[in-house]
Amino acid sequence: MIQLEYVLIISAVMMFAGVYGFLTRRSTLAILLSIELMLNSTDINFAVFNRMLHPEGHEGYFFALFSIAISAAESAVAIAIMINIYRMLKNISVDKLEKMKW
Amino acid sequence: MDSHNIMFVILAVFIVLSSIATVTTKSIVRAATYLLFVLIGTAGLYFLMGYTFLGSVQVMVYAGGIVVLYVFSILLTSGNHEVLSKNTKLKIASSALLSVVGLGVFLFFLFKEQFKAAALGAPDESVITMDRIGRFMLSTDSQGYLLPFEAVSVLLLACIVAGLLIARKR
Amino acid sequence: MEYTLFILLLPFLSFLFLGLCGKWLSHKVAGLVGTFSLGAVAVLSYLTAFEYFTADRVNGVFETLVPYNITWLPLGSLHFDMGIMLDPISVMMLIVISTVSLMVHIYSMGYMHGEKGFQRYYAFLSLFTMSMLGLVVATNIFQMYLFWELVGVSSYLLIGFYYTTPAAIAASKKAFIVTRFADMFFLIGILIYGYYCGSFGFEFDAEGFAKGAFMLPTALVLMFIGGAGKSAMFPLHIWLPDAMEGPTPVSALIHAATMVVAGVFQIARLFPLWIQYAPQALSIVVWVGVLTAFYAAAVACVQSDIKRVLAFSTISQIAFMMVALGVCTEYTTGHHHVGSLGYMASMFHLFTHAMFKALLFLGAGCIIHAVHSNEMFAMGGLRKYMPITHWTFLIACLAIAGIPPFSGFFSKDEILTACMAYSPVVGWIMTVIAAMTAFYMFRLYYGIFWGTENKELHAHHTPHEAPLTMTLPLVFLAIVTVGAGFIPFGHFVSADGQAYDIHLDPTIATTSVIVAVCSIALATYIYKGEKQPVAEKMRAALPALHRWAFKRFYLDEVYQFVTHRIIFAHISKPIAWFDRHVVDGFFDFLAWGTNALSVQIKGLQSGSIQKYAYVFLLGVLILFLIVLI
Repeated sequence: MIQLEYVLIISAVMMFAGVYGFLTRRSTLAILLSIELMLNSTDINFAVFNRMLHPEGHEGYFFALFSIAISAAESAVAIAIMINIYRMLKNISVDKLEKMKW
Repeated sequence: MDSHNIMFVILAVFIVLSSIATVTTKSIVRAATYLLFVLIGTAGLYFLMGYTFLGSVQVMVYAGGIVVLYVFSILLTSGNHEVLSKNTKLKIASSALLSVVGLGVFLFFLFKEQFKAAALGAPDESVITMDRIGRFMLSTDSQGYLLPFEAVSVLLLACIVAGLLIARKR
Repeated sequence: MEYTLFILLLPFLSFLFLGLCGKWLSHKVAGLVGTFSLGAVAVLSYLTAFEYFTADRVNGVFETLVPYNITWLPLGSLHFDMGIMLDPISVMMLIVISTVSLMVHIYSMGYMHGEKGFQRYYAFLSLFTMSMLGLVVATNIFQMYLFWELVGVSSYLLIGFYYTTPAAIAASKKAFIVTRFADMFFLIGILIYGYYCGSFGFEFDAEGFAKGAFMLPTALVLMFIGGAGKSAMFPLHIWLPDAMEGPTPVSALIHAATMVVAGVFQIARLFPLWIQYAPQALSIVVWVGVLTAFYAAAVACVQSDIKRVLAFSTISQIAFMMVALGVCTEYTTGHHHVGSLGYMASMFHLFTHAMFKALLFLGAGCIIHAVHSNEMFAMGGLRKYMPITHWTFLIACLAIAGIPPFSGFFSKDEILTACMAYSPVVGWIMTVIAAMTAFYMFRLYYGIFWGTENKELHAHHTPHEAPLTMTLPLVFLAIVTVGAGFIPFGHFVSADGQAYDIHLDPTIATTSVIVAVCSIALATYIYKGEKQPVAEKMRAALPALHRWAFKRFYLDEVYQFVTHRIIFAHISKPIAWFDRHVVDGFFDFLAWGTNALSVQIKGLQSGSIQKYAYVFLLGVLILFLIVLI
């Protein structure tokens, strides 16, 4: 029988797929996509734990809701920065963005 | 096997495959498309749990809003000519190893420490109805979320302004 | 007497104004601002004095008034106060300081005319005046110390006024370091006093003093060392002759009339304690004073720089005041008690000396202004060219020599009477020194105004009388010098505050006048003529003595030797070496080690976010495993 906690397995796979993407991608936009994956997996976890441990409550539910709003905000700003960087450097590869390294 | 479980298995396979494809595909537009699949699948999971509102927010904001934003910015910057993964084998291997080990450790502890078992039952939408969500969102009592609600709205406003300010032509 | 606050506030505001905005002011405006604020201070001081001394006496004593006193720093049971205290000697000092300072302000308008940094000069003068006034009205020893140091700073600034001249810089540093060194003892004395007696005040607290009485002589002697530094007592006098590198009006104000008597004032202020708890220690004051007076008088006899002669004469005269304070043996003033006469005599001499020495210095300033040199060989025969300066200078010389009816006679006579009562030996030594004073002053006088005229030099530049701004203060001070002797000083200031009638002791008065006249006659005989055969012969007869005296008995060289060859070479150098090589070396090693290490690990900071994330995740995983397994 499928248990509710199996959803956690899905979110874990999603999380580590995001990690892998974060570590290997070179385009910053692709890295942002991986970050979205990771964020999404945490959202799932909030919802699942709410459902599993506290079915009458709603804290995890709202946490997921606000988390979605915040990830929207984050990606909007991040994309604006990327576009700006692209305008300056004609490239958004992470290995090219090392002006602020030292 | 009731319809819920069948649906869950379908969604699980769909999400897992799509998320792996998101991080391995060569084309960035495809990666964005796979991400869209993942997000829609996630929305399906929410529906399955009976969190209808959360699922619809997921579809509207994530799938409808953020992914579209990504696709636009991908097209604005480099399109699909970008070389996504020109990495050394070692880097790919070590990253993959790290991710797999991480996943393994996670799953090991997930099964070792038994959580409260609960079957994935039929959705009970009466727990969190639209009516209650609306009331919680705008109430100021101990259960209310007015303050985070307002904070998030200010944050979003700030993001609009910041996005415009950063991305505008100088 | 609330307006006394303005006596301190006005010069301070003038200092701030001139110091901050002086750059944008013309010389004339700056000078007028300084002078007028000082004029207001002088008026207020006279008003204070008038009100204070016309008030009724309580039990025959002028009451001590404290219009202001605030607790500035409370430290447990001890507290540092700031305030204004008016008693006979502080009011007397207010008059002295504001009068001389006003004269110097007026005089400087002429003397410093067109100098670079004129506004700065006036700002510093105001600062000095404020500090000196604050010193004399201090309600407690700590406030006195504070202003004492401020006075030292402004003296330093003014000596080094011509900061482009190396000699002025060296002199200012010397003055500052020597007085600062002495002030260290003053501070230690204050701390001992505060610690053992539980108070910084001057007021008599029988309980506290009984407790700390056994430490009081030590504390008072330490404070006296501080006073000796400021008042240029032997062997801490070495800074004062060099301080003459400053502008001459500054010498008149600071290094003749006011600041250098701070040490005398300090002892007078603490006099009740001295006489009550440390009467034996007063003999230190006496003998230091006697030695200084003699030494300075001897050196003054052979100097050729007129300002140096005046400087040594100042040292000698301050030593007179010190001796006068030291010879006191009792506190109460009766008509037949001469034991406390010295206190009154000292303050009286302080008053008269401030006037005539300021006059002498200002006169010397006029002379230097006229011939552009400090050396006596450039002068001679100036009486024709500068009549006002000549006459006022002569009056001051007569006063300092102790010729009646000029003021110096009266005060010096009181001092000699007090000395005679203390011990005939001291009395006679002081009489001899008084004779030497008359001698060197008239040597100076003849050297400047009579004798051979330096025609060569004067042909280029005919000496001329100074402008009105400079002669006016001379005339004013000369009038004061003539008249000050007739002030019934004992009615205002005496050891216990009771009115005291000055009466001249006929024997001593006659003796001192005869001695003074003889010395003047001798000086006239030796130095008045165009040629000076006697002086030449004396110099030839005793070359060693002359050279020694001219070199000030090589005391500066001794200091130089002790500080440079012994202290610097054998103590400071090794310490400096230790500091440079061991202490600095250790920290250099630390810095070098950190630097080298960071160069080694710099590569880790690659700037690649993915590497960071990788290491971070790896760390998290490892921690996870460590914690959970």
